[in-house]
Amino acid sequence: MARQLKPISGALGAVAGSFVVAAVLLAFVGIGLRAKVTSGLGPAEWQAIRFTVVQAALSALISVVFAVPLARALARRQMPFRQGLVTLLGAPFILPVIVAVLGLLAVFGRNGWVNTGLEALGLPAVSIYGLHGVVLAHVFFNLPLASRLLLQGWQSIPAERFRLAAQLDLPPRMVFRSLEAPMLWRILPGAAMLIFVICLTSFAVALTLGGGPRATTIELAIYQAFRFDFDLAKAAWLSVIQLVLVGTAALIALWIIPQIPLSGGMDRMVKRWDARGGLQRLGDGVMIVAGASFLLLPLLSVTLSGLSGITQVPASVWQSALVSLWVAALSVCVLLLLALPLSGWITTRPRGSAEAIGLLGLSASPLMIGTGWFILINPVADPVSLSLPVTAVVNAMMALPFALRILVPALRDALDSHGRLCLTLGLQGWNAWRWVLLPRALPQIGFAVGLTGALSIGDLGVIALFADPDRTTLPLQMYRLMGAYQTEAAAGAALILLAMALAIFWVCDKGGRWYAQA
Amino acid sequence: MATGAGAETPVLTVYAGDYFTSEWGPGPIIEEGFEAFCECDLQWSTGDLLPRLLLEGERTKADVVIGLTSDVTARARATDLFTTHGQDNSALTLPIEWTDDTFLPFNYGHTAFIYNETTMDAPPASFDALLDMPDDVKIVIQDPRTSISGLALVLWVQSVYGDKSGEVWEKLSPKILTVTKDWSASYGLFTDGEADMVLSYTTSPAYHMFAEEDFTKKAAIFPEGHYFMVETVGKIAATDQPELADAFMAYVMSRDFQAMIPTANWSLPSALPRADWPEGWSQLPLPEKVLFYSEAEAAALQAEAIETWRASLSQ
Repeated sequence: MARQLKPISGALGAVAGSFVVAAVLLAFVGIGLRAKVTSGLGPAEWQAIRFTVVQAALSALISVVFAVPLARALARRQMPFRQGLVTLLGAPFILPVIVAVLGLLAVFGRNGWVNTGLEALGLPAVSIYGLHGVVLAHVFFNLPLASRLLLQGWQSIPAERFRLAAQLDLPPRMVFRSLEAPMLWRILPGAAMLIFVICLTSFAVALTLGGGPRATTIELAIYQAFRFDFDLAKAAWLSVIQLVLVGTAALIALWIIPQIPLSGGMDRMVKRWDARGGLQRLGDGVMIVAGASFLLLPLLSVTLSGLSGITQVPASVWQSALVSLWVAALSVCVLLLLALPLSGWITTRPRGSAEAIGLLGLSASPLMIGTGWFILINPVADPVSLSLPVTAVVNAMMALPFALRILVPALRDALDSHGRLCLTLGLQGWNAWRWVLLPRALPQIGFAVGLTGALSIGDLGVIALFADPDRTTLPLQMYRLMGAYQTEAAAGAALILLAMALAIFWVCDKGGRWYAQA
Repeated sequence: MATGAGAETPVLTVYAGDYFTSEWGPGPIIEEGFEAFCECDLQWSTGDLLPRLLLEGERTKADVVIGLTSDVTARARATDLFTTHGQDNSALTLPIEWTDDTFLPFNYGHTAFIYNETTMDAPPASFDALLDMPDDVKIVIQDPRTSISGLALVLWVQSVYGDKSGEVWEKLSPKILTVTKDWSASYGLFTDGEADMVLSYTTSPAYHMFAEEDFTKKAAIFPEGHYFMVETVGKIAATDQPELADAFMAYVMSRDFQAMIPTANWSLPSALPRADWPEGWSQLPLPEKVLFYSEAEAAALQAEAIETWRASLSQ
């Protein structure tokens, strides 16, 4: 078949793609310039690589296993505030890690709600520290993502089929086998692979919940090689290993990730005659209550302890909140500059190859990118004065693969349905973007922007290394409070961080949809 | 940004650790005290000190670097960026002898395990007793590869137990709740009641006593000795403000600076007799015996001691 004519070209996308590749490659060049002979990878590093893969695999597996009944229950039940609950259950995914760890400890810690309850019942305590703690935290972050993907899978099954199944009076087990299982089979591998990739680059979670040096991840080992040994060659080696590992997994994920938009969907309720039985109701009810408790109790605890600390929050925290907002805004701009042309480029090409570039940002260690650029910038300018832009670029690159996943299907749809019309009307390039593509992809753009802004605001990232004392970000300020014995004020700062992350996401996501409907 | 200072006012750029310049750190007080007489503008620049100096090299904008701990002075010295501090070491009142003429101590402390006496009625009276505690007593420590206090603990165990360190870590392992990246995360776990004891400093109880009027947090003092931890200040050789830098070094040794340090940095002053410490501080329980490896000794021992720690805790 002849290549279809498209109203947009991939030229700008190629530029954006080159920028991402260059950003990563140049960082390695910078480090290469300064790296000396390394002591090589010892048992500690191999242990870190093993642990990283094991915890990521477990986290992915457990996330999807629990996501199936949760998403099924949400898809089958009509209840008041269902849409609100679905939105709220997505919150952990965009939660700043330091905030989430505080919340998880308050619920599952030695002194937490769960253990207090177990003690009251005379039961033995559970410990959150160790491999299972790291996995628990990763499931907390990624169960929302897995459930969201699956929920959309359920919504993609035409309502007529359930109606037909009801007419045939199929029992729930048969409905599952004939309608739901094929959909799960299509979506589960990709969802699991995506979560596996995300968990491979985990850094902060393993720090507190890991329980000891056996729970060191590659990203943490890079930090140690850099911060403690100042062994740039070892850090670079570890980064390459991480890049290859994550890159390979991500490429596999790319081929099997379900091609459905992350956001939107008709989201209308499908009547489920097969789920009317008492046992079915009970099972779904238990699943929804359990899932909501697991995902929302940590948020509640952060809110409660934050409310008591918020009166002690000094003015400097609010200033740093503004700085963080600025960094998030900058990240979003960079993201759009990269993601829109790139997704346009990807849309005009056969699937796969170009999207791999977007994954580079996720698989490269932010610490190494920051350090590499510091070395390159240092001879010509003061790196500290550029710390905020660098942070913004690194944050945008981390969010890029998600943004592409969200944008590409929407743009593909818009081009499929309106591409010929554009060509007929002579709308090309910028005009096609301006009048056809952007308006049609607005809900997805809003979603991607919200996600990037929220992830960016909670990220401590590279700024910790080269911070400008007058321009502290909120996560950094929170660390400072913790380092100055100000635990209550830090809890207040955590609540502000939580509120900002959720608000940014909510405003952008809602804004995009609202504007698209208006 | 110069704060209201005229264009001709000379600027002294001081690199400091990140915590230093926040409103709870000693930075603002030091700045005010020094600017009161120096006719200059003291500007802070914060970040991870050693990595930053190593990355910047000759191009560093620092005139003075404050907050270099004894574990990084060897590598900081190797950069050849520093010159002599020009102060009289004999004026120091440290519990150990200090002969370094490049890095000048400005405050010190010791590693110690802190406990809450309301929840722990039988705190260990010695390091041996700590090892023999039941395994349900939980301790949080810091990673020696990311934290100075974590490294000090590894050297502490090394100096008390030598070749037996591996066994000591194995005995301690079931009691270790978790290992955090930095001191603040550990201390937060302790104050939240997650852990019974935390690796911190002998001066930590002073914060609770004097800032919060909380007298329940205590340091367990061990007869085997406690590891000495010191923070130093150094002068950059290539500074374009040598006189100001010298004035700053002299200011660090002054009574004003030294008397401010305890409550500003919750640490012990390096050049002030104990009788002159602020109200209440001289009664703070401190160890009789102080353990310390010289820079060279620590450098020789460090890698193996950390590997012993890692291997023992990984089993």
